[in-house]
Amino acid sequence: MSYVSLNQEEKERLFEKLGITNTGDLFKTIPERFLLERDLKIPGPYDEQTIESMLSSNPSRVVFAGGGIYRHYIPAVVDTIASRQEFYTSYTPYQPEISQGTLQVIFEYQSMMTRLMHMDVSNASMYDGATALAEACLMAIRAKKVKRILLSKSINPAYRSVVRTYLRSIDGLEVEEVPFDSITGQVDLDVLKKATMANKRSAFFIQSPNYFGIIEPMDEVASIMQDAAFWGIVVTEAISLGIMRPPGDYGPDVVVGDAQSFGNPPSAGGPLLGFFCTKREYIRSMPGRLVGLTRDKDGRQAFCLTLATREQHIRREKATSNICSNQGLCVLRAAVYLSTVGPRGLRTIAEQCASGARYLLALLGKRGIGTVFTGPVFNEFVLRIDDGSRERASQAGIVPGIRIDEYYPELTDSQLITVTEMNSERDCKWLLDIM
Amino acid sequence: MVIRHNVTRSTELLEPVVYSLSDHGKNKVNPPRPFEAIELGDVDRPLVNHDLPDLPDISEVEVVRHYTRLSRLNYAIDLGMYPLGSCTMKYNPKISEKVAAKIGNIHPGDTEAMQTILGLLSNLEAHLEEICGMDACTLWPAAGAHGELTGMMIIKKAMVERGEDRREVLIPDTAHGTNPASCTIAGFKAVKVPSGDKGYLEASTLRKLINEDVAALMITNPNTLGIFEQDIAEISELLHENGSYLYMDGANMNALMGIARPGEMGVDCMHLNLHKTFASPHGGGGPGSGPVLVKDELAPYLPMPWIVKDEEERFRLLTNAPQSIGMIHSGLGNLSVLMKTLSYISSLGGKGIREAAEVSVLIANYMKKCLKDSYYLPYDTPTLHEFVLTDKYQKERGVTTMDIAKALMDFGFHPPTVYFPLVVTGAMMIEPTETEPLDEIERFIDAMKQIDELSRKDPGAFSSIPRATPVSRVDEVWAARRLVLTWDMVESIMGEPPSK
Repeated sequence: MSYVSLNQEEKERLFEKLGITNTGDLFKTIPERFLLERDLKIPGPYDEQTIESMLSSNPSRVVFAGGGIYRHYIPAVVDTIASRQEFYTSYTPYQPEISQGTLQVIFEYQSMMTRLMHMDVSNASMYDGATALAEACLMAIRAKKVKRILLSKSINPAYRSVVRTYLRSIDGLEVEEVPFDSITGQVDLDVLKKATMANKRSAFFIQSPNYFGIIEPMDEVASIMQDAAFWGIVVTEAISLGIMRPPGDYGPDVVVGDAQSFGNPPSAGGPLLGFFCTKREYIRSMPGRLVGLTRDKDGRQAFCLTLATREQHIRREKATSNICSNQGLCVLRAAVYLSTVGPRGLRTIAEQCASGARYLLALLGKRGIGTVFTGPVFNEFVLRIDDGSRERASQAGIVPGIRIDEYYPELTDSQLITVTEMNSERDCKWLLDIM
Repeated sequence: MVIRHNVTRSTELLEPVVYSLSDHGKNKVNPPRPFEAIELGDVDRPLVNHDLPDLPDISEVEVVRHYTRLSRLNYAIDLGMYPLGSCTMKYNPKISEKVAAKIGNIHPGDTEAMQTILGLLSNLEAHLEEICGMDACTLWPAAGAHGELTGMMIIKKAMVERGEDRREVLIPDTAHGTNPASCTIAGFKAVKVPSGDKGYLEASTLRKLINEDVAALMITNPNTLGIFEQDIAEISELLHENGSYLYMDGANMNALMGIARPGEMGVDCMHLNLHKTFASPHGGGGPGSGPVLVKDELAPYLPMPWIVKDEEERFRLLTNAPQSIGMIHSGLGNLSVLMKTLSYISSLGGKGIREAAEVSVLIANYMKKCLKDSYYLPYDTPTLHEFVLTDKYQKERGVTTMDIAKALMDFGFHPPTVYFPLVVTGAMMIEPTETEPLDEIERFIDAMKQIDELSRKDPGAFSSIPRATPVSRVDEVWAARRLVLTWDMVESIMGEPPSK
């Protein structure tokens, strides 16, 4: 299939108007030795049916995997709206007069995210939670001149890896990790206190619920952070906001993370939906696109991209970030999702996740199987699973969570188990059968 | 067709903000409840929010109407031509969307399901390497700018491994703003290089600027004037003799695919924009995808994870490559965009890919020829898939590029990229792409000519244009002064309470 609309006659008509005889004449500015004299070695063209059958894969029967990317129920409305081609095939809304749809969706997303987080502002989104965290570190360095980044060691390991990749080139910056308590799985508050007191020019980031699924003692953390130069909370399971206190209530400078759980499928690893919420004082130093309310020439409500003076296309090498996109379609899905499930729906889904995890924990408890950590959980927890059980699971079409011992060698054979409303009591019993 | 002065805009077209539709108890959603709700224990209670999450409470019908109405306020490729220069707004095949949806439910931790997907991704890497003439590839960068940053980090790492501390990256003045911004984040100093009178970087200019502190040159080819960088061979030789790398921004790869390969021109590292060249949708700003391709010399530094095959011919993700720059994304990049790309490449095949490049250049040249008498053409060097015109003639009549852009909306077109590249005053950068029907192209040419006519006859008319759009000209200064960025700020800044 070719998507070129011209037929041969039309092509020839254009050749004639340009005074050329073939397409080769169009490429005369390319030195001859660089012209490819053969066809590309790429098979095809294939028909749609062949493409569909070539490019597919089926998920396993029962899946307990999470760890930053989650499977959740997506109301039918989300797919219906997200496939509106007026959204799907539009560009970044630089021309506001013909982009009010996208612009208002982003404004509404910003409004919903700030109300969920209890923060002042949200940008129009970032690639994923990890790059949002890396951008938060860069903002802390820019706005507060911090010299040391402290990351709780129970922040998603991929996030910590991305932060290190992003910060590597900054001279004189230290990136350190704050350990977790080996019993509770929560951040070691004593170490955190000492680390914060030792260097006033530090920025600290903590994830809650953390990578082990454990809810951090946020009141204690917040009180230690009162004198910190900068601190932030990371949320990777956005559904937790349906039941937990809004992270902004603890007074952080930023709340960043991933909102993929809001109406976006896991899609084998992406796209994800990084969010970035902060306080009003950081508006001018924050990264990413922002949509603001304004008016048109006739005084009517209108929206447009704003504060572009922070951005790369205006400030070039002095920009607050190099980002030039937002996750438009993912934002749309999140906005439609949140509008569809509403306040009680989001609460119910969060309760279901927490209840499912507790149901599975109770089953395991009856079998005498305990979790690795004792801290309170939302919908994920860490178990030890031996190779035999893993093998049995795989044969039964069950994904018993994801292995985490690669990132935490001290947690031998550990597996992060995630329960969502996509699982069932029967799934839990099947998982128990292979243990 | 004439500009529709008689159109009156209906205020009913505008849609209230979602929170103002909200009222208690309207939402009747019924999410799945596979588990009996468990009362949370004492240990959890302090962490539980007594208030419900602060979301709008509206019915499903209202949600559907609200967002459907909003969709109608957008312009889109499926409504008409979108000639944004360097953005390559080509038709987005629907089969790609269907294919991408098929992998939606797969979790990356599902290793069995991922076997098939990693195999497909491995094929995609090979296809992109073949198109670019490069040796190795990472698919994970989530956007073009993310790809640039990854590429610059790779070059930085290569410098460190070589024990060198080169600081400068040379960037032509026609480059996208993301180029210098990405350099800065990767720890380089961006140095601007003037492109010459002919609209491309001349080797003699580079010879004057190159020095032992230069880590790389970042070049867009063809550049944002649509001009092929004709000195590329000499440029790459100069750089390599100096121990510097040649980085290519592949934003304009649509002009070259199947025609000529960057790898053979001496490019060491480059990125592609799959949402441009490979027809995945822009989605109102994303998600995009910006794979990075390198020559063997730079392959050890590619970000993790790497897709590798083990002894049993099974694919796996390698996460401990010792010289890698590390991870750049927490998932696996924008997988659904990668699937759309694979679908697009499979639809076209090798020959179809070449045809796409040829026709994009053919159409752009035809449009340029038709328009260059009405609008000033700042460079007469031959161009490929896009070209730049300016408002030089119209400005003498008081009509600017911005006016022309807004007037195009009344003809049912999205404007071209405006005021870019920065080296051209009042630039209009036009890229029609290969998928436009000839009728649509003729209509666009006609619209441009009529706008020029109007600038002669009635330049004052432009102040009230556009008229046929959902809103009239939007006041961007007002927005930047007041910074009303959320529904809550409507009250605190504008003194009007958000009603819900």
